[in-house]
Amino acid sequence: MNHGFSFVGVRDLARRLFAPIDLPLMMITGLLVLLAIAMMGSASPERLNSQLLNVAVALVVMRVLAQIPPPRLMHLAVPIYLVGLLLLIAVALFGDVSKGARRWLNLGFMRAQPSELMKIAMPLLLAWFFQKREAMPRLRDFGLAAVLLLLPVALIARQPDLGTALLVLAAGFYVIFFAGLSWKIMAGMAVAALAAAPMAWTLLHDYQRNRIITLFDPEKDPLGKGFHIIQSTIAIGSGGILGKGWREGTQAQLEFIPERHTDFIFAVYSEEFGLLGNGLLLTLYALLIGRGLMIAANAATLFSRLLAGAITMIFFTYAFVNMGMVSGILPVVGVPLPLVSYGGTALVTLFSGIGILMSIHGNRMLVQK
Amino acid sequence: MEFKNSQEELERFRIRLAVAGGFVLVCFSLLLARFAWLQVIQHDYYQTRAEDNRISLVPVVPNRGLIIDRNGVVLANDYSAYTLEIIPSKTHNLEQIIDGLAELVDIQPKDRKRFWKLLEESRNFESLPIRTRLTDAEVAKFIAHRYRFPGVDIKARLFRQYPGGPFASHLLGYIGRVNDRDLGKIEDKEQSANYRGTDHFGKAGLEQHYEFELHGITGFEQVEVDAGGRAVRTLARTAPVAGNNLTLTIDAELQRIAEQAFGSRRGSLVAIEPATGGILALVSVPNYDPNMFVDGIDTQNWKELNESPEKPMVNRALNGTYPPGSTFKPFMALAALTLGKRRPEQAISDPGFFNFGGHHFRDDKKGGHGMVDMYKSIVQSCDTYYYMLANDLGIDNISRFMGQLGLGQRTGIDIDGESEGVLPSQEWKRKRFKKPEQKKWFAGETISIGIGQGYNAYTPIQLAQATAILANNGVVFRPHLVKFVTDTRSGERTLIEPRPIRDLGFKTEHINEIRRAMVGVNVEGTGARAFAGAEYTSAGKTGTAQVYSLKGAEYKESSVRKDLRDHALFIAFAPAEVPTIALAIVVENGGFGAQAAAPIARQVLDYYLLGKRPKAPAPVDEAAVEEGGE
Repeated sequence: MNHGFSFVGVRDLARRLFAPIDLPLMMITGLLVLLAIAMMGSASPERLNSQLLNVAVALVVMRVLAQIPPPRLMHLAVPIYLVGLLLLIAVALFGDVSKGARRWLNLGFMRAQPSELMKIAMPLLLAWFFQKREAMPRLRDFGLAAVLLLLPVALIARQPDLGTALLVLAAGFYVIFFAGLSWKIMAGMAVAALAAAPMAWTLLHDYQRNRIITLFDPEKDPLGKGFHIIQSTIAIGSGGILGKGWREGTQAQLEFIPERHTDFIFAVYSEEFGLLGNGLLLTLYALLIGRGLMIAANAATLFSRLLAGAITMIFFTYAFVNMGMVSGILPVVGVPLPLVSYGGTALVTLFSGIGILMSIHGNRMLVQK
Repeated sequence: MEFKNSQEELERFRIRLAVAGGFVLVCFSLLLARFAWLQVIQHDYYQTRAEDNRISLVPVVPNRGLIIDRNGVVLANDYSAYTLEIIPSKTHNLEQIIDGLAELVDIQPKDRKRFWKLLEESRNFESLPIRTRLTDAEVAKFIAHRYRFPGVDIKARLFRQYPGGPFASHLLGYIGRVNDRDLGKIEDKEQSANYRGTDHFGKAGLEQHYEFELHGITGFEQVEVDAGGRAVRTLARTAPVAGNNLTLTIDAELQRIAEQAFGSRRGSLVAIEPATGGILALVSVPNYDPNMFVDGIDTQNWKELNESPEKPMVNRALNGTYPPGSTFKPFMALAALTLGKRRPEQAISDPGFFNFGGHHFRDDKKGGHGMVDMYKSIVQSCDTYYYMLANDLGIDNISRFMGQLGLGQRTGIDIDGESEGVLPSQEWKRKRFKKPEQKKWFAGETISIGIGQGYNAYTPIQLAQATAILANNGVVFRPHLVKFVTDTRSGERTLIEPRPIRDLGFKTEHINEIRRAMVGVNVEGTGARAFAGAEYTSAGKTGTAQVYSLKGAEYKESSVRKDLRDHALFIAFAPAEVPTIALAIVVENGGFGAQAAAPIARQVLDYYLLGKRPKAPAPVDEAAVEEGGE
């Protein structure tokens, strides 16, 4: 071991540094980040540098997580979840109000959005939960899991932040789904959800209802609530097959697309790169998801499997909901385009997920052996 | 067993993964289908929508045509200035925005008042000025803060300017912001497209009558706009064509001298070039400042103008109707000669009154003028002569003859809204009154018509026109203010009213007889004091109109009561032999024509014929009397 430090030098160091990193996953992520940089360069060049910094930070977080073996992560699951839950309660009590929603917690030195933490903490906890139950979980276990899931979801939805609440709910649901919740129960839940929809409607905030109404008839209020969807749809449609070219999108460059560096960045991309660009982006996401599912399939423990599967499906949820809303087939909820939209918090969350996937992949043989 | 169990479990997990993978593929396919729908099948539609978003056709308002006098003096022109404008439909809290703007540029309470008034009257989505004539420093300051004010922008606008201020306001008129009635006119002329972007329209005077000549052809700029509607760059441009210029028959200097001659008195003067019908001066005082209307007049000024007892907004030359008084006599005499009812030398004996149907019509000179022929009847303004003449002619003959001279009908001058006045006749009375007993004309009513009183009521332009026809030997031109219109592009001039409209066929000896008598007025008659020492021969006739018999809607009983002095009138032409100018003057409540109106005529004729400039407004000659009186 001693001579390991001598003249083996840079190559060895590099090997150690990159050892936990899964090459296919890294390559797909890298390509997505390159596309993201191109998009940001068009949508909001002035934010490019700070986004690059965000990427650098996120990469470090990813690398750190890639090295942490799954059993260690499992030990962290409960504390992280509890911290997240406490912070959510703190937000509800003392949070800062911004744009009509109470989402932020002022910690003095920084403003934190605890709901973001839940996107990882939730699947982590539920994966831990099912690992503890081992073998065939019983119905009661699923009920308990549902409670653990719905508690933070309810807190987030109350902020109100429907987008994040849905993402956390989805993340938890994926774990439960992969853990083997019976199809009958899922079908029953689907029917119950449909039946409860009218009641849920009355519980929604006005702006949330408006978003849903707007989805079905954006032209009803073309300068108000429908403006976002109309303009992003025009951007996508006018992009055509080949797109208008990088930085040539009139909808984007003349500022017709709202929120064009965050939630609506896909409209900018789609206008400038067209259907071909969209195909490329979908392919990259599909590859990322495929690789993630493969990692899940080969994972060593139940915990790893569930966690990997859920994290992978979070990526899918982000991508599908974002592109769906920007192209006008889903209501507008605050969901960023994964790995692309501007914003450090989301980026760190997503790269954490990738780091965890890499760790799971790196440790796939440990137990089986 | 344990192993097999976990193997089974793994299989089940992998099936779930496959299901999830399949779900992902289905969802992504759905997205791809949506993209294909938008980007391939609906591409043309969205392409058009994007272009519509991006490209905006911005009208480029043309320069309004200039108005210049016959000697090239500019009476109305344009200048460009920066205005700060708000599009109310693109803003939310106007008060707050204006308060914010007031921190950057100087916004006075009157600017705010004007803005709210404009807002009430404006078309939807119109850009309304909150401040006009910004300084360069203010422009720079606003530009730096522009991002804070969506829906607010600086615009370079052309403004109408009347360099003379209130000078000649009643003939120039003014422009103001387009209102619904103007829009109707624009549509009638099928000019809606050409008026896109135009926010001013002629409201009075020449500005109104020649609106469509002065406006020009609007140009267009294809500009790329951002989501805030602000122009980013110009893609293509069609230049506007400036409006046509109006060259007037007006002599600005003469106009100025005529206006000043009135001093602070109210009244009107119209001077016409007899040989062309071109109006040399058209005065109605007091004036108003048309510049006040260009940016939108504020409520207070508007109220003052409209409620002033001086009635500065009434164009007296066209809308003031006055009994002509004795200025009617030369025309009566001409009627008598033309219709063969009198010979010049035929004299009557004037006892100082005329009895008709038991009514005693008095002459102002007690004891009468003695033996009076036509010459003396005009020079001394003998009433009895005309009482008898009117009776001999009968109302319908008088009415028919005076109608030829244009009295009691619109002259057709190139300003809109001229009043008709009243030329009394049996038919007129039948139409004018409702009750059957009032409809009948009484022969006694004819008598006072003969001396220009009774129902007679004419506008100064009509009197001037009648005088000009007399001076021009019966050849009639339509009076007009614009000599020619110059097409901006071709430079081609279109003459207005270049030909006479008719010749009344008066006999030269008849005209000469009247001329001789009117020259006599200024030499030895009622006008002699005013024209003492004149270096030219002039023909004139004084007149005094009794105020109590004033007709016309503009003159309310209440305002008349304040001052019951008679209106002073004077008509004249000169040089008597070959007249180059004919005029009519009314000085409201001026007293006798010889006192107040004749001295004004003297100043105007002195300038026009000799180039003499008066040092002060025309004096009131209190000592002058109407020898015959009325």
